[in-house]
Amino acid sequence: MMKKKECVAMLLAGGQGSRLYALTQKVAKPAVTYGAKYRIIDFPLSNCINSGIDTVGVLTQYQPLVLNDYIGNGQPWDLDRLHGGVHILPPYQKASGAEWYSGTANAIYQNLSFIERYDPEYVIILSGDHIYKMDYAKMIAFHREKDAACTIAVVDVEPAEASRFGIMFARDDDEIYDFVEKPKEPKSTLASMGIYVFSFDKLKKYLTENENDKEATKDFGNNIIPALLANNERTFAYRFEGYWKDVGTIDSLWETNMDLINPNIPLDLYDPAWKIYSRNPVMPPHIIGKEAKIQNSMVTEGCYINGTVDFSMISNGVTIEEGAKVTDSILMPGAVIKKDAIVEYAIVGEHSIIESKCHIGARPEDMENRDEWGVAVVGHGLTLSEGTVVAPKQIVSENM
Amino acid sequence: MNMGNVLGLIFANMHDMTLGYMTKSRTMGSVLVGGRYRLIDFPLSNMVNCEISEVGVITKANYQSLLDHLGSGREWDLSRKKGGLHILPPFGHVEAGLYRGRIEALYGVLSYIKSTMAEYVFLSDCDVITNMDMKPIINYHIDSEADITVVTTTGVFNEEQTLNSTVVGVDDTGRIHDVLIHSPISGQCTISLNMFVIKKSALIDLIQNSIARGLYSFETDILQSKVKELRIMSYDYNEFYRKIDSIESFFNANLDLIDIENSRQLFLPNRPIYTKVRDNAPSKYGLDSSVTNSIIADGCVIEGEVENSVLFRGVKVGKGTKIKNSILMQDTKVGNECEISNIITDKDVVISNDRLLTSSASYPMYIGKGASV
Repeated sequence: MMKKKECVAMLLAGGQGSRLYALTQKVAKPAVTYGAKYRIIDFPLSNCINSGIDTVGVLTQYQPLVLNDYIGNGQPWDLDRLHGGVHILPPYQKASGAEWYSGTANAIYQNLSFIERYDPEYVIILSGDHIYKMDYAKMIAFHREKDAACTIAVVDVEPAEASRFGIMFARDDDEIYDFVEKPKEPKSTLASMGIYVFSFDKLKKYLTENENDKEATKDFGNNIIPALLANNERTFAYRFEGYWKDVGTIDSLWETNMDLINPNIPLDLYDPAWKIYSRNPVMPPHIIGKEAKIQNSMVTEGCYINGTVDFSMISNGVTIEEGAKVTDSILMPGAVIKKDAIVEYAIVGEHSIIESKCHIGARPEDMENRDEWGVAVVGHGLTLSEGTVVAPKQIVSENM
Repeated sequence: MNMGNVLGLIFANMHDMTLGYMTKSRTMGSVLVGGRYRLIDFPLSNMVNCEISEVGVITKANYQSLLDHLGSGREWDLSRKKGGLHILPPFGHVEAGLYRGRIEALYGVLSYIKSTMAEYVFLSDCDVITNMDMKPIINYHIDSEADITVVTTTGVFNEEQTLNSTVVGVDDTGRIHDVLIHSPISGQCTISLNMFVIKKSALIDLIQNSIARGLYSFETDILQSKVKELRIMSYDYNEFYRKIDSIESFFNANLDLIDIENSRQLFLPNRPIYTKVRDNAPSKYGLDSSVTNSIIADGCVIEGEVENSVLFRGVKVGKGTKIKNSILMQDTKVGNECEISNIITDKDVVISNDRLLTSSASYPMYIGKGASV
């Protein structure tokens, strides 16, 4: 008999992130670099440990190698524990046969025995696609106070954006009475953040029923939440106020990175009381050279910068040579920008080499037709030979 | 040579006196250097990188910061079941103050040395910044049938440098025939880098014999006195290094690392220098910041101008402030509209708005830990 845990976190990290194209060809979305020294998954993992949750199951399926290696034994997040800690949970073969995770609900269902080992009161379901700082302990306290079967974290979104989300309808006491997935004409602006707290007995019941339903898509949004509402289970909306962004597309990945250098955006990475932890790459501090000009940017360890950098995120081990210009861009770990190359409104993948005089991306104000503008992307591990031009919006996934 | 057969022994307190106030409440090994490191990170990482998996750190006084830094040794991959890191503070009965000498320090940990399975011992102080491959040195020690191998370097030194060093005379075969201690010499000469290789059994004999005769100094009572009796060899080391033996050499060594060519010789991707991780956010450069020729560690927020300086983790530089030729250690906060040049600030120094702090490059001013200016 193992010691009981009050709450176990299950982190859905199997997402392919297909709308990030070249950036997620070989890595799962939660392992994509964000904010110069982080990967997206650092945010939910750090939130867990900062909220006092020390037992986390990470459900992986798509391209798990980088993610597995990154999480390791969980030590960077203080999740290497004698009892609990972080556990990678890929699909596995059972006596009844082997199957892939066929949906978010099915992924949790296949790992019910993992959760049962800790005999928790509550289970919090998280996703590895969002950038936010949140005290889950407060949400669990809210769930307990409301004596709820399920609590769903929601944010108030702009009416124009509401059709991208699962939209909740809640009474004044925050009890949810209706839910519509991605409505065409949204009548509420309470968007689900994909964060659910369940009382474990209810979770087990509804997951099992959903499994037995041959028609179901095995998804929380499509099946589990509607089933809870149909059965009048106490389902509540927990209103989250603060910065929260989904990084599902190239544009949102770029924007969310740029938010970190915007002084008006309330996502503070420097708060010692809520640190975001990440695996350390073991590199020396960065060096700014004699010819460098650098402003409005974030830079981390192992970089050597001797060019011009403005409004950019520079990840570990990046080299920017003299005369090179990087503006409004994201350089992922190990990228090299050679002499006199220009990178504007672009994302350059890990360890890609941009030879001299290349020109990646363009400024929107320089476009004749603004509709053709977009962030340019160079995938991971590529080399762009001298003088290559990459148009805005173009996604490069092979050497040029 | 199987490096699992080598015990690393690091002396954390040796040379504490050379840095004055900086080592008032910390060991030489825990002196901050290069933006995010402590001096002990260099010998420790070098040992780990050449597969020495058992390291003892000998310390006598002021070791709180050292213990905090090293922890279980996990950051250096030395948290092991077999071997790993052992911190060796003195037993209570030894009188306070520094060890009278290296031999006394070794005598204090004799039972630890005896308990290890190693055949050879690599001894190192914490006063040299370098990325050293120790394997060839161990092999040289064995091949040359040395009793003791001293890691040395040859170059042109001034009197101040040699006064704090052990100068050796070396013959054509590499054997040391003369040892000069605290002797002001200027010009070309060979100095000890305070790293030694010796067979464990021979070390134990030397320690026991010396203690029995009331001898405490490894340099005077062994290297110098037994230079004819023992086969003491010099291993001439020619890679990039900086030796810290004064506030000025500390200051210059830090500034030298800004040169990318120096930095690339010290921070090799295949032989990384490990240190304690602090989980700082990346450094942020503000709207009107201007930074040139500097080392910037993570967690800094820079809104002013920085030139030719080293900023450790978590340093804040306010608007309109100009920082030149300075070393600002961990969590130093500099307000707005300040002018700072040739200054070393220790950890947690706070400099209010509109302060003017300058001194000369040949004699940089040091501001102690936690001071408010």
